[in-house]
Amino acid sequence: MINLTINGKAVQAEEGSTILEAARKVNIDIPTLCFLKGINEVGDCRMCVVEVEGRRGFATACIQKVEEGMVVKTSTPAVIEARRIVLDLILSNHDRECLTCTRNGNCELQKLAQEFYVDEIEYQGSRNEYEIDDKSPAIVRNFNKCVLCRRCVATCKKLQGIGAIDCIERGFASQVSTYKNKSLNDVNCTFCGQCIEACPVGALKEKDSTQEVWKALRDEDKYVVAQTAPAVRAALGEEFGMEIGTNVTGKMVSGLKELGFDKVFDTNTGADFTIVEEGTEFLDRFQNGGTLPMITSCSPGWVRYMELNYPELIPHLSTCKSPHQMFGAVIKSYYAEKMGIDPSKIFVVSVMPCIAKKFERTRDDMQGAGYDDVDAVITTRELARMIKQAHIDFLNLEDSEFDAPMGEATGAAAIFGTTGGVMEAALRTVQEKVTGNAFEKLEYEAVRGEQGIKRAEVDMNGKKVKVVVASGLKNAQTIMEEIKSGKADYQFVEIMACPGGCVMGGGQPIRSSKERATIDIRSKRANCLYSIDEKSTIRKSHENPVLKKIYEEYLGEPGGHKAHELLHTSYVERQKYLLDD
Amino acid sequence: MKTLEEIKKIREEKRKELDLRVNTSADTREKHILVCHGTGCTSSKSPKILENFRRIIEEKKIENVRVIQTGCFGLCAKGPIVIIRPEDVFYAMVTPDDCEEIIEKHIQKGEIVERLLCKDIDNKTVKKLDELNFYKKQKRIALKNCGVIDPENIDEYIAFDGYKALEKVLFSMTPDEVIDVVSKSGLRGRGGAGFPTGKKWSFTKMAKGDQKYVVCNADEGDPGAFMDRSVLEGDPHCVVEAMMIAGFAIGANKGYIYVRAEYPIAVKRFQIAIDQAREYGILGKNIWNSGFDFDLEVRLGAGAFVCGEETALLESIEGRRGQPRLKPPFPANEGLFGKPTLINNVETYANITKIILNGAEWYASIGTEKSKGTKVFALGGNVNNTGLVEVPMGVTLREIVFDIGGGIPNGRKFKAAQTGGPSGGCITAENLDTPIEYESLQAIGSMMGSGGLIVMDDSKCMVNLAKFYLGFTVDESCGKCTPCRIGTKRLLEMLTKITEGKGEEGDIEKLETLCKNIQKASVCGLGQTAPNPVLSTIKYFRDEYEEHIRDKKCRAGECKALMKLHIDPELCKGCGLCKRNCPVDAISGEVKQTHVIDSEKCIKCGTCISKCPFHAIKS
Repeated sequence: MINLTINGKAVQAEEGSTILEAARKVNIDIPTLCFLKGINEVGDCRMCVVEVEGRRGFATACIQKVEEGMVVKTSTPAVIEARRIVLDLILSNHDRECLTCTRNGNCELQKLAQEFYVDEIEYQGSRNEYEIDDKSPAIVRNFNKCVLCRRCVATCKKLQGIGAIDCIERGFASQVSTYKNKSLNDVNCTFCGQCIEACPVGALKEKDSTQEVWKALRDEDKYVVAQTAPAVRAALGEEFGMEIGTNVTGKMVSGLKELGFDKVFDTNTGADFTIVEEGTEFLDRFQNGGTLPMITSCSPGWVRYMELNYPELIPHLSTCKSPHQMFGAVIKSYYAEKMGIDPSKIFVVSVMPCIAKKFERTRDDMQGAGYDDVDAVITTRELARMIKQAHIDFLNLEDSEFDAPMGEATGAAAIFGTTGGVMEAALRTVQEKVTGNAFEKLEYEAVRGEQGIKRAEVDMNGKKVKVVVASGLKNAQTIMEEIKSGKADYQFVEIMACPGGCVMGGGQPIRSSKERATIDIRSKRANCLYSIDEKSTIRKSHENPVLKKIYEEYLGEPGGHKAHELLHTSYVERQKYLLDD
Repeated sequence: MKTLEEIKKIREEKRKELDLRVNTSADTREKHILVCHGTGCTSSKSPKILENFRRIIEEKKIENVRVIQTGCFGLCAKGPIVIIRPEDVFYAMVTPDDCEEIIEKHIQKGEIVERLLCKDIDNKTVKKLDELNFYKKQKRIALKNCGVIDPENIDEYIAFDGYKALEKVLFSMTPDEVIDVVSKSGLRGRGGAGFPTGKKWSFTKMAKGDQKYVVCNADEGDPGAFMDRSVLEGDPHCVVEAMMIAGFAIGANKGYIYVRAEYPIAVKRFQIAIDQAREYGILGKNIWNSGFDFDLEVRLGAGAFVCGEETALLESIEGRRGQPRLKPPFPANEGLFGKPTLINNVETYANITKIILNGAEWYASIGTEKSKGTKVFALGGNVNNTGLVEVPMGVTLREIVFDIGGGIPNGRKFKAAQTGGPSGGCITAENLDTPIEYESLQAIGSMMGSGGLIVMDDSKCMVNLAKFYLGFTVDESCGKCTPCRIGTKRLLEMLTKITEGKGEEGDIEKLETLCKNIQKASVCGLGQTAPNPVLSTIKYFRDEYEEHIRDKKCRAGECKALMKLHIDPELCKGCGLCKRNCPVDAISGEVKQTHVIDSEKCIKCGTCISKCPFHAIKS
């Protein structure tokens, strides 16, 4: 342990910890802006400057390591003046239209401006003006709000291993940009949306789809169906001030019904379809010498990454659509037929923790029933916004159940929202199918937990099946390189684009840098899903009675012709960089 | 490959052969025509001069005359320069057309070409270099070989004690002894900050690491500075040798030199030096069977000023965007590719071989108590003898500007001098007698800097000067940290406002507050020193700032927006020349009547001033 003094207090801190960490341990807060723990530790913004006795100039609290005997002062008048000027400078080059900003009320810069009581910009001057990039179906970039903290750059490069964005130009003209300053749509961006989660301000946001949804809800001709992904229920409450990881399934369904949706279904049912189809596909490949390892395909950011970076490995990708796309196709075929509704009048809205789903919806070969499987994708954040617009008192909503018959789902489907969940759900079904035995212990601990890459071996009638689970695209890259080089002997691979899986998706509530540094957000949200699973009566996808019925009545065999038509898709090779101009 | 014995033999034989280069009474029948091939003279056609000399000599079948390209002689204002040895006759501003005459008269008849001799400031014609006032107070250590040897010929370097210091450290010294000598010499970093070189070497030696590196910072970026370029162009081997000695001392076997791509001649000559050293077995494995390995690589910079900052330079070598890293950790512990790295500037290295050969005491006897040795300055601006000078520490600015530099041209008055370029500050007339040393320059609000020294006469506006330097910083800020990225931009905008006559009360104080905080809160040296030109001009010329703000007046007349032109009715003869030449029809008046300028229309282009035969137009 290192002994130091902060603001006169004797503090003990672990060796290698920073002044910021040591100070926070004793409840001394130091403002930060560019700091993002483990991702962007660069000390660029200069908000966290502090005085260290005996040192010329200021020290940078967010990265400066503690030293024995160090005497730190975090809030001297000189420090306050410097931070105030730094903040003033940032604000002087910032589009300060807070009222019309998505991040109004949840902006780290705005919070600092409040704390410092900035009522006037002292050092006014010219501002950079940029065009807004809203070409992609998923992400909107507005550089006029960018504070050049580069949290997005580090997230894209270091956390995800993509590097779709980086800084160009220098000095005052510095700008976060892409290859040849193209739209994100036309470069190697996967639309994972982690950059949005990293952005302290409103420079990056999802492409808003709430207006389309409101329009559909206003249209009396439309039969508007909502479906909600597993991870949404574990995070939506945060938007209303609830504890991270609170299960708000019942309130969420009530809220959607109050918004005027004709039906509220559970994407988890779709997830059960995915497991049955994917399990069947895996067994077929496993038993009949198909391309192995088979890699899951429910994370659209991951699928796009694969198409951009490893097109030669596309045969490894499961042809299964992701749960909400499958489910949309079933709603527009089976359900429409059963209820006697013209499928062209059905408007399916997917509520997702994901940014890339907005893009996935627009892909080719996503019209299983002859219509778009899904008509609009809104994120957890956008749903919260709609609920707030409608002035629904979310905290006091009574719980409601999903609508029958498409609201029945298993515990296996619930855990789809966290890394390892798809693998675990699939193993529950596949292992039972292969061995013919019903297992009592359904928890596959080896694929749970926070590690980015988890490897395990499962015994299936004496045959070992090697599986690997990776979340975060940087980890995905590691696995793909193993496969590409022939070093890997896996049979089944689960990959999710977002580190931690869908609970940490790009469409989830945005938490501040400080919360990310001090709270294990992923575990809290993931545990919510594991507890839903634990409490479920049916915990294996193939035992979902709704599915059984739909296969019997409509789809036929899993992996059969009809199932293929509706529930499977195809992939394309994508150009990483368009070199034509 | 050459053995150590063979190298020694080359040294002995070549030294005799080249004695005429340094000895006016050398026992020789040969004559050497030395033609400066520094960047300045090269751009004034010195390669053509060299070519003409060689052609004429061949045509005329003259024997015993060699034409040699050399590095910079220093007096760039009089370039291209040609010197004939052993008699040491010095011809200035030579053109390719003069070659014939020099050969015929000087070489063939032994007559001096009087018209090409240089005139000193006191109008005396000077025959020899040493007779010039420009050289009298100089002492050449770092530049010892510049202008003496052919930088592209390793034998000539070897002749003048080249690679002798390397031999000495490899075979008779321990790494600790080498560091001890460097420490005791008192040598401090010539890049500007003046960190004790021996200490830096010792830190890097003590750092733990399986691999260490030696780096040479040749990313000289201060506007108007060309000290390092001249060393590399005139004597590249002395840097190669010093880097090897540093490698031996700290335990590194690999070196990088980071040179700006805008220095093509320096890059070329340094690469030639590396190639020749490799060919001789001086660079490579197990050098002279000593067990010491060392090799060098050249890395080109793309012209970003910030890459002269040591950590940004390392980032750039590693192939990333040139942005500084936060310190600590210092490069001595975590430098290039995360390994312990020694970074010194070119001029620092250029002193090393001489210190090793002549001893720490010799070097420490030159200079002042805290600043030892010499410093090279690139003298420029409003001074008669612009060029490269090397002076012992402790000489005064007055001596540099007036004795060496020959004073201010056109009869104008000295106003200030800027050292340290955009990171430095101005030195005023009252501080002209301050000795040149790290501490004393800092005490008067300037800094040693890397050696740019710009002299300004009373036609310069100090607010405009600060604006000029801030313009440079704003362009060169890497954009990483907020105070430098936005703060310097705001400083520039405020200075621009003041020079345009839109300054307000309180602006000076606002500038000072922002400057102070940019200094303290910026990540690297670029930002931390960027406000210096503003603070030092405010300190010494606050009245000029106030005049701009309150009286909307620029006494130097540089700030055009504040200029108001009028025609003196006493002097105007009504000739109409001004009216006819005014591009915006701002002047009216009948013939033989006094003319008038409409200040609303006037764009202050100055055309009327230059056209008026009666000097009637006043600002």
